[in-house]
Amino acid sequence: MRFGEAALLVVFALLAFLSIIVAAKAYTAAYAFHAYLFAAGSIAAVFAIGNRYMDRPAGTVPQLVDGKPNYNFGVVKFGVIAAVVWGVAGFLAGDLAAWQLAFPAFNLDTSWLSFGRLRPLHTSAVIFAFGGNVLLSTSFYVVQRTSHARLAGDLAPWFVILGYNFFIVIAGTGYLLGITQSKEYAEPEWYADLWLTVVWVTYLLVFVATIWKRREPHIYVANWFYLAFIITIAMLHLGNNVTIPVSLFSAKSYIYWSGVQDAMFQWWYGHNAVGFFLTAGFLAIMYYFIPKRAERPVYSYRLSIVHFWALIFIYIWAGPHHLHYTALPDWAQTLGMTFSVILWMPSWGGMINGLMTLSGAWDKLRTDPVIRMMVVSVAFYGMSTFEGPMMAVKAVNSLSHYTEWTVGHVHSGALGWVAYISFGAIYCLVPWLWNKPNMYSVKAISWHFWISTLGIVLYISSMWVAGIMQGLMWRAYTGLGFLEYSFIETVDAVHPLYVIRATGGLLFVAGGLIMAWNVWKTINMPQAVAEQKLALAPAE
Amino acid sequence: MSETYETVAGIAQTWGLVLFVVAFALVVAYAFWPGKKRKKEIEDAANIPLKED
Amino acid sequence: MASQGTSIWAKHQIFEKHTYWLMLGILIMISIGGLVEIAPLFYLKGTVETVQGMRPYTPLELVGRNIYIREGCYNCHSQMIRPLRDEVERYGHYSLAAESMYDHPFQWGSKRTGPDLARVGGKYSDIWHQEHLHNPRSVVPASIMPAYPWLSQTKLNTKHVEQDMKVLRLEGVPYTDDDIAHAQADLVTQSTTDAEADAFQKRYPKAQVRDFDGNPGDLTEADALIAYLQMLGTLVDFKLYDNKANVR
Repeated sequence: MRFGEAALLVVFALLAFLSIIVAAKAYTAAYAFHAYLFAAGSIAAVFAIGNRYMDRPAGTVPQLVDGKPNYNFGVVKFGVIAAVVWGVAGFLAGDLAAWQLAFPAFNLDTSWLSFGRLRPLHTSAVIFAFGGNVLLSTSFYVVQRTSHARLAGDLAPWFVILGYNFFIVIAGTGYLLGITQSKEYAEPEWYADLWLTVVWVTYLLVFVATIWKRREPHIYVANWFYLAFIITIAMLHLGNNVTIPVSLFSAKSYIYWSGVQDAMFQWWYGHNAVGFFLTAGFLAIMYYFIPKRAERPVYSYRLSIVHFWALIFIYIWAGPHHLHYTALPDWAQTLGMTFSVILWMPSWGGMINGLMTLSGAWDKLRTDPVIRMMVVSVAFYGMSTFEGPMMAVKAVNSLSHYTEWTVGHVHSGALGWVAYISFGAIYCLVPWLWNKPNMYSVKAISWHFWISTLGIVLYISSMWVAGIMQGLMWRAYTGLGFLEYSFIETVDAVHPLYVIRATGGLLFVAGGLIMAWNVWKTINMPQAVAEQKLALAPAE
Repeated sequence: MSETYETVAGIAQTWGLVLFVVAFALVVAYAFWPGKKRKKEIEDAANIPLKED
Repeated sequence: MASQGTSIWAKHQIFEKHTYWLMLGILIMISIGGLVEIAPLFYLKGTVETVQGMRPYTPLELVGRNIYIREGCYNCHSQMIRPLRDEVERYGHYSLAAESMYDHPFQWGSKRTGPDLARVGGKYSDIWHQEHLHNPRSVVPASIMPAYPWLSQTKLNTKHVEQDMKVLRLEGVPYTDDDIAHAQADLVTQSTTDAEADAFQKRYPKAQVRDFDGNPGDLTEADALIAYLQMLGTLVDFKLYDNKANVR
């Protein structure tokens, strides 16, 4: 037995033991449930490691097979499937939340599914479960292929992907049971945070150790972005989760920061979760998958150098634009606004680099729906990164803040950019990983594209109208100098737009389901069918 | 305090703007300048994803 | 390196070829913005104003606040009034940083699907809140807020409130030994009408004492949540507040 296997066996056995003690003495039933989950997970890990030891061949895994790198794609496959499953679940949760805002009866008068608990479930499911699995699986794929080396570590990559998904389960069930620290996009409580920290450090080690094994002098651009994403998320996670638990037996903890400092920490975290999780990580995907799919190198290598450093330096400053006109000191707000506007430049630099990679191959937009999806995604990125700096200007923000405009803005980035580049990567990866000539149905990719694009358009346009209407109605005065509308009148006024938004969301869910079906059919496609499809494919 | 703000805003809206526009133009020019020294190497690095193993 | 000339692009190779340099570069680039924006907030005078009247939450309010957090109220309600004409007229005096100085975590929020709650205390009666939490549509027909019927039916779990207060004290909230020793008694005192409340109100000035949920027999989650809502924004006396003294 290798040292790593033995050590992990002992650690998980101890964790199982500790979890059972915690479960027995837990203050609340919800926390006891989580402790039992930890115990069950640890015991499962012990058995899995033991079984693997029995079954695996003695000796170490060869780094090369027939002179080619012996890539470790098992974890990548797991991450891709998890991303598809979580994606559909997260879209569904979001759409249910959207219908709740249109018709409160959808809250079902139950604590578990009321909007206040469902909304964090939705945001975490799409950002961390769907987006996170996309990032884990693509980064593990890209770092191997661009380093021409097998993923470092034996059990470590599996610990990362399984441990991360376990974190998702703890976080998600926690929200439904009312376990939250109420920090947006960082809601999980202290024990989930601790677990994630261990997983994340392992992730960094696996990633960096794989780069060390590279058989290329250069570290490829995509890996810079992945590395910045991993390191920065670690820093943000630690800074925004400095909490003291009430007890080992309580799920509750209190964040060390308070009031205005806590607000600044939160949005330093919150905005850079957007900047590094949802941007830098997915830009890495852009820098690998678009060149690969278009079969041309990135438009300008030098531009990518400028893009990289400018983006990571400037993004970090933009947090205070979430706190315009609040009790945060003015100097901090002004800094946040200034850097948010400057951020427009590197963002568009990146967009240009992504789009222009297609120069000389624009016809692929017509023939390959996967390229189309990824290019439209970069276009949405450009649109959102123009809208963002504009909304960060204080005068605009005084109108847009607290309204649905913000929600619309987030979704033009999240659905248009993050989800589309992810779909593109998944449509590339599934055939590559499972050795198929292409997706089972290329036509279904087109259907997915058009249905969800219609959904996005309905979503963001209805939220623009709703948000600007809210902002204007809140500040409207009558001729006599009184506020013209009561708050509830503004709620009533946006109702039709909530219905349109929820309908758009439903279309996006439908698109996700089409993708899930297509992925399933592709993976299960018999080799004979695959060969037949290949023979029938039109020559390009 | 408000005077400080006026001063800072004044600088930012005139010379600050010029500075950033020039810096931006320089960076863009530099990024696209057809250098020779590292041409081959840069091409190599950019082509990593397209290399088959 | 020198052999390849002094071009920036040649120098940049060090980041493209050495993981340590790349990681170090990333770490430096991502640290600067946060340091400049966050660190001064802890020592610059005037970041948190000097005001009269702020005090820690009573045990009942604290437990109520934790229910507010548990149910995710912050997803739709802000607690941050901006100094804009319409907001000040709609919700009251703009919020001060000092008013959330004991808030671990802060609850400023980011979205107003419902109205701001920074000064909701005292705006509505307890009965209104009871009805509203039970079924929002019964008092505001066009409301889209979820109903929270379980709050008035769930007995309040107060077993470990002293531990909560001790942790908060560790983080700088000025709870005294006395406050912590009396925590359980204070919970009862604040939520019943017949108890002697002078000592309690001396420790927690302006604390409101009554049966909040309209059900004197039981101490429920509705008691705690309504007690919290009814105190929001009521502590600082703005007749005495001197804005000039706090110019930032």
